[in-house]
Amino acid sequence: MYCYLGIDVGSVSTNLVLTGEDGTVKHSIYLRTRGKPIEVVQQGLKQLQEALPGKIKVAGVGTTGSGRHLAGVITGADIIKNEITTHAIAASNVVPGVQTILEIGGQDSKIIILRNGVVADFAMNTVCAAGTGSFLDQQASRLNIKIEEFGPLALQSTVPVRIAGRCAVFAESDMIHKQQMGYNVSDILAGLCEALVRNYLNNIGKGKEILGPVVFQGGVAANAGMKAAFEKALGMPVHVPPYYNVMGALGAAMLAREATNRKSTGFKGFGVADRDFKAGGFACDGCPNVCEVVEILESGRVIARWGDRCGRWSNLIPGEKIS
Amino acid sequence: MKIVYPHMGYMWICIKAMLEYLDVEVVVPPPSSKKTLLLGVKHAPEFACMPLKLNLGNFMEAAELGADTMVMAGGCGPCRFGYYAHVEHAILRDLGYQYQLVVLEPPQKHIGELLGKIKHITGHQSWRKVINGIRFGYHKAEAVDELEKTANYCRPREIKPGTTDRALQAALKEVIAADTPEKLPAARKRAFEIMRSVPVDRLRPVLRIGLVGEIYTLLEPFTNQDIERKLGGMGVEVDRSIYLSEWINEHLFLGLVKNKRSSKTAREKAVKYLGHFVGGHGLETVGNTVLYAEQGYDGVIQMLPFTCMPEIVAQSILPRVSTETGIPTMTLIVDEQSGEAGLVTRLEAFVDLLARKKQTGEVLA
Ligand code: SF4
Repeated sequence: MYCYLGIDVGSVSTNLVLTGEDGTVKHSIYLRTRGKPIEVVQQGLKQLQEALPGKIKVAGVGTTGSGRHLAGVITGADIIKNEITTHAIAASNVVPGVQTILEIGGQDSKIIILRNGVVADFAMNTVCAAGTGSFLDQQASRLNIKIEEFGPLALQSTVPVRIAGRCAVFAESDMIHKQQMGYNVSDILAGLCEALVRNYLNNIGKGKEILGPVVFQGGVAANAGMKAAFEKALGMPVHVPPYYNVMGALGAAMLAREATNRKSTGFKGFGVADRDFKAGGFACDGCPNVCEVVEILESGRVIARWGDRCGRWSNLIPGEKIS
Repeated sequence: MKIVYPHMGYMWICIKAMLEYLDVEVVVPPPSSKKTLLLGVKHAPEFACMPLKLNLGNFMEAAELGADTMVMAGGCGPCRFGYYAHVEHAILRDLGYQYQLVVLEPPQKHIGELLGKIKHITGHQSWRKVINGIRFGYHKAEAVDELEKTANYCRPREIKPGTTDRALQAALKEVIAADTPEKLPAARKRAFEIMRSVPVDRLRPVLRIGLVGEIYTLLEPFTNQDIERKLGGMGVEVDRSIYLSEWINEHLFLGLVKNKRSSKTAREKAVKYLGHFVGGHGLETVGNTVLYAEQGYDGVIQMLPFTCMPEIVAQSILPRVSTETGIPTMTLIVDEQSGEAGLVTRLEAFVDLLARKKQTGEVLA
């Protein structure tokens, strides 16, 4: 059976998705990146290989996420695409006709506007981190509740407390204040969800026309409280796709299928998991920019470099051009 | 007197030529780098925009090389740039630098005002020589601009990655080396021969993107993170809405040189969306976006230095321009916090968007 592999290496999580020729998900793996992207990709490949029946042949690999170049170099990806494109591709395959994608992950939030199946506009958070998954995680643990309970608890609320959601710092101090005033936890949680949704729509969705169908994806989409808050704010239903968590990897797999159409794959095989890769680096002293140059070594041999502003190092390796 | 002026892209080539022709000693600060920025960030007010911080860094680095007179452009109107020269001078004085300050202001009525200031720097030189010097500097600016334009054409079409950039550096060296007006035409010819030797695929389909925004951010590759090179590498032919020689002609020569692109057309186009002057290049940003839409460009990118007021005004208007004209636009905000990965992700996504749109021939909803 021919399959396509998509790998999404983010700063918080790394996902691998294997799809069949028809684009259906055969297997998906979710791992914590923990600052060790190379190890995690290798670990993911190993797990995938163990979980699969022997007759599988990977016919294409795509990578995405902030670690896409790294993952691409290691696995020999056929296509390296950024998150916006892969998320859009995946969502429009799962929910045909989707016009708006709300995406909230651990570190990033973004909105993608599609019209007639084409990305027409997008926006990402720049500096402010309010509304991201890690913030919700923190608040849940501060309130002593499991993140899985967060959503169901928020849904029990009848009168959400109004929480100042201008930024994470405000939201946190206002929440503490409301707690001390004796509001119950579910109303506070529901209020927090509404504050984050307000913040998201004001900062990221600002000026964009949000039309349905709306898809909500990324790790935070698991939180039923956030979904309900979006539905309330937008006044329309919001879909959370079954693989909401791995949409980037899914999109990468779909693009890999497109990219390898009538071409053979560059996939280096599952054996990659056992090879010796290292990410090294140095500060160049060629000029006052002092670029941090990243080097990827395979068994001590440099296979890729990036990070230099001037191309002095990245152009050195013939045939291994990045992006 | 050892004169230093801050960096703005390749502007140094043109001013150096002019001043050295007039026997003025010039110190060219090291190219703007992380070190320059760090120096500037340390001593400038936090909410000043990036140009001020880099200017400051340039002056500090040049002082180490013996510069003692700073020449800065001035200006008037709502943009803060007008008093940068004085603020920078005051900060440097507080830090203990002994700089003399000369502010060159765009003439309000007549080029004579500017000539007076230049005469002050050059002292005993005859008027005739001063004017020849200015002309020499201007011709260098023109040559550099043409080379950069050629590079923007070649980059997305080059057959081997990196050849355009290497050729551009070699070509610029030729122009820089010409130290008299008489040597310039031949140097220019050699420079263009170098550019012509870059093997390109003329039939390759490319996307066309127009760059609009604040002039310093557009001209200084350190501030815009080499956006023209990055886009070129992604298969995009870039047109920058302002080139140095155009700006000089318009603001310093008051349009004396004919047959040059002028910002007047852009300002006229902007009227429909923005009826009055907002300082800086706010009007031009809006107007050029309209122009690019009319010329069939695939997209427009606006460069905005964080906290730049005129550009913020323009930014809030661009969505409407985009809806009405159908040209996709994207704003990139830059400051010392800007990371490279974030910029690349946005550029790639934007280019992808345009490519898919072109492929499917879809119109923006
Ligand atoms: S890699 Fe290039 S730009 Fe970066 S420090 Fe070295 S010489 Fe300078």
